[in-house]
Amino acid sequence: MTREIFQPSGQIQFGIFFQGVNSGTIWKAAESGSQTDFESFRHIAQTAERGKFAAFFLGEGLRLREHLGRPHALDVVGRPDAQTMLAALAAVTRNIGLVATQNTTYNDPADLAHRLSSLDLISGGRAAWNIVTTDNAWTGANFRRGGYLDHADRYKHAEAFVETAKRIWDSWETAVGPARRVFHEGQHYTVDVTPRLPRSAQYRPVLFQAGDSPDGRDFAARQADVIFSAHPKFDAAVEFRRDIVARSIAAGRGANAVQIMPASEFILGATDQEAQEKKAWVRSLQIGPQQAIAYLEQFWGRELSSYDPDGPLPEIDPVVEETSETRGSGFHGAKARQLADQWRAEAKDKGLSIRQFVISKTARIDSTFTGSYTAVADHLAQYARVGAVDGFNISPWLIPTGLDEIVNHLVPELQERGVYPTEYRGSTLRENLGLETPARSEDPAQV
Amino acid sequence: MSTSEARKAGFLAIELDGAGHENLATAVLAAESAGFHAASFKDTPEAGRTNALQRAAFAGPLTRTIAVVPEVDTVYTEPFHVSTQLASLDYVSGGRAGWIATAAESPEAAAAVGRSFAQGEALAQEAAASIEVGRRLWDSWEDDAVIRDVATGRYIDVDKLHYADYETPAGFAGTAYSVKGPSIIPRPLQGQLPVLAAASLVGEGLVPADAVDAVLVSAPTPELLSAEIVDVRSRLGASVAIVAELDVVLDSRGQSAASRQVPPSESGHARFVGSATALTELLDSLLQDADGVRLHPAVLDVDLEELSRLVLPELRRRGALRAPVQDGTFRAVLGLAPAENRFSTTAAATVAAGK
Ligand SMILES: Cc1cc2nc3c(=O)[nH]c(=O)nc-3n(C[C@H](O)[C@H](O)[C@H](O)COP(=O)(O)O)c2cc1C
Repeated sequence: MTREIFQPSGQIQFGIFFQGVNSGTIWKAAESGSQTDFESFRHIAQTAERGKFAAFFLGEGLRLREHLGRPHALDVVGRPDAQTMLAALAAVTRNIGLVATQNTTYNDPADLAHRLSSLDLISGGRAAWNIVTTDNAWTGANFRRGGYLDHADRYKHAEAFVETAKRIWDSWETAVGPARRVFHEGQHYTVDVTPRLPRSAQYRPVLFQAGDSPDGRDFAARQADVIFSAHPKFDAAVEFRRDIVARSIAAGRGANAVQIMPASEFILGATDQEAQEKKAWVRSLQIGPQQAIAYLEQFWGRELSSYDPDGPLPEIDPVVEETSETRGSGFHGAKARQLADQWRAEAKDKGLSIRQFVISKTARIDSTFTGSYTAVADHLAQYARVGAVDGFNISPWLIPTGLDEIVNHLVPELQERGVYPTEYRGSTLRENLGLETPARSEDPAQV
Repeated sequence: MSTSEARKAGFLAIELDGAGHENLATAVLAAESAGFHAASFKDTPEAGRTNALQRAAFAGPLTRTIAVVPEVDTVYTEPFHVSTQLASLDYVSGGRAGWIATAAESPEAAAAVGRSFAQGEALAQEAAASIEVGRRLWDSWEDDAVIRDVATGRYIDVDKLHYADYETPAGFAGTAYSVKGPSIIPRPLQGQLPVLAAASLVGEGLVPADAVDAVLVSAPTPELLSAEIVDVRSRLGASVAIVAELDVVLDSRGQSAASRQVPPSESGHARFVGSATALTELLDSLLQDADGVRLHPAVLDVDLEELSRLVLPELRRRGALRAPVQDGTFRAVLGLAPAENRFSTTAAATVAAGK
């Protein structure tokens, strides 16, 4: 069997992405619980574990999202620190992986590597790091360094950071030490440390990567175990797999070296019709009238509260000068006017109101699986057969009960089809994902 | 104090580092059922020692009564991260978290993060800055900022969120910095976590006494400890609680403490070596002056067993210990009033009204 040819595992796994911050989680329904109480996290994590989920994910955002110069008021906001929460969840779960999203710009490599090792040891080998690469000065205003990193340096910096972390994790010759000193001198920081922690049961934390640019994909192909991708639709997933396999081989790793778990949302019912009705209800609560207006305001850069959410898109033009990073991504300068024209034409064409248009534009639409338990299970089984993905990272639209029907009804269907685990393979995340023990990186003492 | 007046009951904390991370659950549950009011976790750069804050977080959901109090350095950490992590600890422990703010005087810690080595007065300045950032960020969401108002579609009331806008003061010995805020997590359950620091870090020209809720006092011997408590009390005033630090080696399992061959400690704390009865006397007398005592057992499971069986029950019988409260807060253990929010719109109105 050659390492140059991708072998589908025939299986899929689930992760749960407790978002904590967004418009995707409904807070307006009577069933919506707290986003910060520990009980919400416990319920979700323990339900996921009952459903043999591979991993529990927490995202990260190091500054509150703003809207027209003030914190954004409409969506769920405010969430606990990922590793602190995961250390607490380690005490009340046994098998599920614990994944912390942590960026490489506003952390120190020695400190972050140490804390991830700690989480890995405390959880008995279940920790993982979802590597993200925030670089904006706006986030930097909360940190000692300020906004110090150029956009172009993002992944260069991330790579040096991850290499250093790996050398720190690899520095203990055996499980009992002693450690070898790790030294790194880089453009942005110098690290000189004698690591304090031994290897965990899974050797070192599993590495996830989230980021989609060509640089991001190459970085993942070189460094990561799993990609938290943005491509759940079947054709896009197959294409993304092909791309990652090619990049992994080019990076000198095997075709199967990097697993892929796209972000996803599930809206299920006993019948397709029930699921479709539920979807309409979910969308109406995710994007209310005020959110629809606020969404356009982000791109228009001005107040639009006098517009009717059930009427057509605003005829006035966006304010271009005010464009800033606080107004969300993918939107710069003159593009604003162009985009507004395009959107107005599109909405008019399809006969959509502001609200309908915004619902149609929200990215999550593309990541949604809607249907009866059996139909969705059949669909997912196809992914498993061709190896389009290794699993899905599910964002529940309701906290804390949003996983209940997935675990109670979808998981058994998948298990019946033989494409989903019926038991945890082992006690570590690495074992449960079926990842190989990583080779020790070259002489850790080397600069 | 007149004899008819009930004595002020104190509290006991225990340092749980001896449990490592493998036996943490057992140790913290044993400490809780023994009736300790708080468990603390050290953050020293010892080989094999996992992160103190994460151990405290792990202990949080396993317990209902005992406070969980990690040491967290202020010099080589990011104040924004530290504030968020501690607020999160308060959530996972149901309002039983505290913070022992330390200032690492360590060239190794500096080199690890590529910063220049801080010494002398710079240490207290870094600690003071970090504590101030933490406190401002904890207050940056008012308690009722999450409104979930379906009619207006607002999840939060933006008027109840505030920028921390912290800047290090002029003449700051370290590298100057600023922190914008608001926090990325709502106000902790306790409003403000109790902050503790070594007495040597607190005072005029150091960390201001009103920035901390309690100080940790140590002396070279048990005999000198009482005098030191009185000294610190007169230096810092009555508003800061005093926690005496004591290493303990007890007679146990048929062995006298002196014969247990416990290696000398470099903690700098007074060390008690002897019987449970004699320790009970010492603690009873320390708790007359101090608000609490933190015990550092020489061998955790051995000494904890003796403390639990012989020492705490007798202290409770004498009325020297306050009753642990299930689902209580760490603030309540320290006798602190609910924390007012510095940014609170209602508090500001009260001040304006000339209260
Ligand atoms: C599925 C997915 C989830 C992400 N989650 C986070 C997150 O929780 N926090 C964060 O700061 N960035 C997150 N990111 C952003 C990425 O880390 C990265 O900064 C961004 O995608 C830009 O990198 P790129 O140009 O390579 O795509 C996420 C990205 C993706 C695709």
